[in-house]
Amino acid sequence: MSTFDFPPSILSRPVYGRLEPRAGKSHMMIADAEGAEAILRLAAEDATLMAKSNILYIPGDTGDKYTSQLKALKPKQLYVGPSYEAAVPRLRRTLLDAHMGLQVYLAGTEGLMGQAMLEATTAGIPHSAIQTEHHGSVARRVQCVHCKGITEDVMLDPFQCSHCGLNLFVRDHYSRRLAAFQGVCIDAEDPGNVPASVELYS
Amino acid sequence: MTIQFNDETFRGDYTFKNSQWAIDRFPFPFHEDNYMYSVNMEQHQGGPEGSVYEKRFDVDEHYVSEMKDRAQVLAEDPLRCQSLPHMTLAGWDLLELIMVSKSEDYPDLFELHRDGNHWHWINKPMGIDQRFTFMDETTLPYGPMEYITRQTQGDFAVLDQRDDNLWMDAGMVTTQADWSLDFDIGMNFFEWHAPVPKAHEMGIFVRALKFLLNVQQGSPARRLNWTMTVNPLLDTSPENYHKWGVQKTTLTPENVGQKQHLRVELQTFFRLPRSNALVFPIRCYLIALEDVVSVPKWGRRLHRVIRDLPEELATYKGFIDNRPLIVDYLSKFDDGLATSPGIWPDKDSEPPLQA
Repeated sequence: MSTFDFPPSILSRPVYGRLEPRAGKSHMMIADAEGAEAILRLAAEDATLMAKSNILYIPGDTGDKYTSQLKALKPKQLYVGPSYEAAVPRLRRTLLDAHMGLQVYLAGTEGLMGQAMLEATTAGIPHSAIQTEHHGSVARRVQCVHCKGITEDVMLDPFQCSHCGLNLFVRDHYSRRLAAFQGVCIDAEDPGNVPASVELYS
Repeated sequence: MTIQFNDETFRGDYTFKNSQWAIDRFPFPFHEDNYMYSVNMEQHQGGPEGSVYEKRFDVDEHYVSEMKDRAQVLAEDPLRCQSLPHMTLAGWDLLELIMVSKSEDYPDLFELHRDGNHWHWINKPMGIDQRFTFMDETTLPYGPMEYITRQTQGDFAVLDQRDDNLWMDAGMVTTQADWSLDFDIGMNFFEWHAPVPKAHEMGIFVRALKFLLNVQQGSPARRLNWTMTVNPLLDTSPENYHKWGVQKTTLTPENVGQKQHLRVELQTFFRLPRSNALVFPIRCYLIALEDVVSVPKWGRRLHRVIRDLPEELATYKGFIDNRPLIVDYLSKFDDGLATSPGIWPDKDSEPPLQA
């Protein structure tokens, strides 16, 4: 099982649910890695869904594990891409053509869901209308509050900013506009005193 | 009175200083000998003559130097002033509110002459004489919110109202108690307050939001908030925390009275007419502990408040490590006598410190 129960946290921290088939003219599903499991389940729950679904999938380190199963669902459109960044132009183009009645489903890591949600909300879909389901890694996208650079796939707390090199602790404070958590210098008051890193949620 | 504007700094050599006038009118935030969160709102319809509550936008001796400090912060980090595209109208609303208020409240310092949309603004302390067309951005050197808040003390959060919530969609933030506009812009009321401990569970934000959603035009509200800052540093931003955080470790028993400052925010809330946005000015007043304790009542009270503050709040406000040092200093100004209710200094009626 690839799901993780996040402990309760502050109100800016996103919470994730369980994707459910919803009535709609068309369905946009964006997932990475183990997020495919949520899509496979959706298809099993509603056999009519796939004929109206456009799936955008980034396998990441799961390789071919889920791609043939997704193909077998016979969605209206399926894109399997090498990275989220590579998929963004296609996602934007698809959202440009979207009409009323589009349902958006996000599944996978927080970084993927957060960035895809930003694209969808920029296109005019309210964030509260978008379904999400977490699967896979608990790594985070973190913005350094000091240099503003974003470090992807942060698993350790504290960690070193990949842009300015400061040692940052990872807050639960989250910005949908940046699709990122906040990283703040951990040794500002005692330079050089950086505690040993631990894995998030370990 | 005519204000004598100080030439002073809020960084580096820290020449900031409060005159006796500024000490006497300081907005001391504690109305009793202890502190806990509350929705401490009241109408912002003036106050005692000479107090910081009297005018809609208080101007004091620090005005010109604070505006220089703001310009310096913005030159180093333009992200401290941002406005999402739908907030320009609210920016014009704010510009109008401030220009009208200041020219009416301080006619010797500010003038506004209006002929239809042809406006003429004179800001004497800053030496600004600007003719522009109201609602035409091309006639001002900055967007309307940035233009007027470069000339007005205090931070400004401009909140859009929709979906029964307030959204921080624009702001000018250079004198903040450690929060980032760049990170929080676009968040709703509960989201940008998310890191505050305890207050959510106490229902503070639900009640505060309900109040703020109903603030009406012409009926502004206000409250005080506070924290502690080492050195009179206005820009205690998270952006620069890796630079200023270390200053917290420079306190000693000898310098705590001069270096440790009580930082008070006079927060006001005005409904804006065209946009229906809510503007939330957050005006920062700083005072050194040695000046606080020059008022006997405030010395007694501050000692008790800081000594008894719950650990969670002292941690959130960022002075938990320095609290013993601060309490030790303040204890010398607390003789155990009772204090009069309310925030006012009551210098004429409260007894001097007993030996």
